Amino acid sequence: MPVGLPTDYAVWLLVAAAAGYAMYVRRQPHLAAPWRRVAQSTAGMSALVVLVAFVVAGLLDSVHFRPTLEGRDQQGRPVYGVEVLSLLDVLVMPLKTRTERTYSAPFATRAYARETTELPSGGVVREFPRLRYGGAHLADEADHIRDVAVRTLQGIALGFAGWWLAVWLATAALARRHGVSVGAMWNAVQHRRTEIPWRAVYLTVLALTLIAVPVALLATRYHVLGTDKVGQDVLYLSLKSIRTGLVIGTLTTLVMLPLAILLGIMAGYFRGWIDDLIQYVYTTINSIPGVLLIAAAVLMMQVQIDKNPDIFPTSAQRADFRLLLLCVILGLTTWTGLARLLRGETLKLSELEYIQAAHAFGVRHARVITRHLLPNVMHIVLITLVMDFSGLVLAEAVLSYVGVGVDPSTNSFGTMINAARLEMAREPMVWWTLAAAFAFMFVLVLAANLFADAVRDGFDPRVLVSTRAAGAAA
Amino acid sequence: MLAYILRRMLYAIPILIGVNLITFGLFFVVNTPDDMARMQLGAKRVTPDAIEKWKAERGYDRPLLWNSTAAGAARFTRTIFFEKSARLFAFDFGNADDGRSIGHEIRTRMWASLALAIPAFLVGLAVYVSFALAFAFFRATYLDFWGVVLCVAMMSISTLFYIIGGQYLVSKLWSLVPISGFQPGPDAVKFLLLPVVIALVGGFGEGVRLYRTFFLEEMSKDYVRTARAKGLAETSVLFGHVLKNGSIPILTGVVAAIPKLFLGSLLAESFFGIPGLGSYTIDAIQAQDFAVVRSMVFLGSALTILGYLLADISYTFVDPRVRFN
Repeated sequence: MPVGLPTDYAVWLLVAAAAGYAMYVRRQPHLAAPWRRVAQSTAGMSALVVLVAFVVAGLLDSVHFRPTLEGRDQQGRPVYGVEVLSLLDVLVMPLKTRTERTYSAPFATRAYARETTELPSGGVVREFPRLRYGGAHLADEADHIRDVAVRTLQGIALGFAGWWLAVWLATAALARRHGVSVGAMWNAVQHRRTEIPWRAVYLTVLALTLIAVPVALLATRYHVLGTDKVGQDVLYLSLKSIRTGLVIGTLTTLVMLPLAILLGIMAGYFRGWIDDLIQYVYTTINSIPGVLLIAAAVLMMQVQIDKNPDIFPTSAQRADFRLLLLCVILGLTTWTGLARLLRGETLKLSELEYIQAAHAFGVRHARVITRHLLPNVMHIVLITLVMDFSGLVLAEAVLSYVGVGVDPSTNSFGTMINAARLEMAREPMVWWTLAAAFAFMFVLVLAANLFADAVRDGFDPRVLVSTRAAGAAA
Repeated sequence: MLAYILRRMLYAIPILIGVNLITFGLFFVVNTPDDMARMQLGAKRVTPDAIEKWKAERGYDRPLLWNSTAAGAARFTRTIFFEKSARLFAFDFGNADDGRSIGHEIRTRMWASLALAIPAFLVGLAVYVSFALAFAFFRATYLDFWGVVLCVAMMSISTLFYIIGGQYLVSKLWSLVPISGFQPGPDAVKFLLLPVVIALVGGFGEGVRLYRTFFLEEMSKDYVRTARAKGLAETSVLFGHVLKNGSIPILTGVVAAIPKLFLGSLLAESFFGIPGLGSYTIDAIQAQDFAVVRSMVFLGSALTILGYLLADISYTFVDPRVRFN
């Protein structure tokens, strides 16, 4: 039975909007031009490849359902499980279900702490017990390192072969499109003579496959990133955290966009008391320190959710609703920056002749705004949107640490770091949860930052002018 | 200019009122005192008597805006709005849910916050400006390129990792400084060293990159080209012109941040166990002590507004164009 979590709907709405925007841009040469500049950026395109990988994981994790159980109820209807699963869960089911009793290190075959076990002969011994799943297929534990090495090499070989095939197909497709032979295309890609930096894209894909395929192979037999306190696979937790990060980074902007665009443009366009009022509102919100305002709002939200525990049928739905509300709160507190930028730009644009001409022709305000102003401030909106993303992913971790972030049952980088904080104090130290959260977050945020830079450089007319000026000066 | 400053100061008043109304709305209307009491008393099966008692002890048993049982001016003053919200204007914060005076806590904890925030702020400013100038001086070379790459990479790491990693490496592995804690007086240095360094490292990427953009933007201006054309050495262009003019946007940001130093840092203080206002706020959030959170929201906003005010005033001193308009 499909389960629509509130954020799922929002995520797919966003995907549809992005697709619609892409279709529209393709047909408008003047809108496509900045994107073409983005596509020419080596760092930007490599970052995009990484981001796409994350987004695919996030989208797979955004299709939820409750599995059908065996048997039927009295009325003959199918019975559904209580647990809400996602497509990602189904794909990595072994990771989800094969839980150990407690901590185990990456690739370990034995638990991290000694346990007292009773021998069949009646004695008692304290030892590191074998894990239930990690390396359970090994008949002889001495083969452990060899087995890991063999699987890694197999994974690398397989990944490389797959990459090679994909690259060949992609090059062939490119060659067809440009009407040249495959060999010539291959040469062009290799010597970076293509407009879009395909070589960088290929290499990024190679790096991703060389990590992902061996890990996938190993993950069927070992806990590649270890297990956490309750024995859950940390790799699984990390994969599930991706969605939370992406949702917070994107839905927040979705919430703030209408507010920021509407109020920002209105303030700049109508001026007078409307401007004063809107400026007053955003200065007021702006002067409350961000974390405190968010904390206050989240505390209030928590009280309301606690007061009405019955409106959500499953705990997953309640946690998800909390995530959605967190996005709304973040959006309501962060729209002020964009609104101020848009107000300034609109003030500048309203002075220009074409707007004056529109007024002279008696064009209505609403039409001037939608037709003449909005398209000309869209680049600011886009730049802000991508620039804010990485900050929001980082903010989630901090907010969850403070205790005003996502629901503790939601997998997120913040909850992982929170758990890791106590684990770091253990003796011997449990370092892998922190390391996993660090690696995933770093790659995601770095890719987002690099892509955001490429988008800004592609869209900001000022950058174009200044690079041209620098070029002229040189 | 005096008129300008006066006007800016007057403008701060309605904003403070707005902040006050927002906090009042959030803390008393969205979330009634009854909810607050139920939450603090914990269990779901709280008796109405217990709630009434809790409210009466903390003065939440009054009507929100209008007390019809009182007479005269007391109709306004004996209400939650007046006693809990309007009093904030006089920086009279009342008591926390555990009965302690919030104002007293703020006055004592402020010093610990400042002891951490001021060194971190000053050292950070000096280091970021120096690096940004260096990158701008060596612009379009490998040094600049890899410097920016380093900045972007450092920006992509959450502050939490810097803190946890730094604590682990420096305190636990190398045992150079205590992991956490605080002592007033000269002994504070050993407790503050690591948090200051971590604050410095954590803000490095963002700070240097931002300041570098300011300097580069200044460098692409015509007067810089003129300075070069008349034969000034690149160093005197950099220090005589670019640094001066590029400092204007830096200054406004910096001045705006000064009052907020009082608030301390939420994360650093709570990780390092420094008894400042930041850890006070975090503890209050985690204990859901709304009286403290409300006071800190108001105090933080007041300081932010003061910062904007100072920034505007400092702007009139450094940029004559503002003064004469």
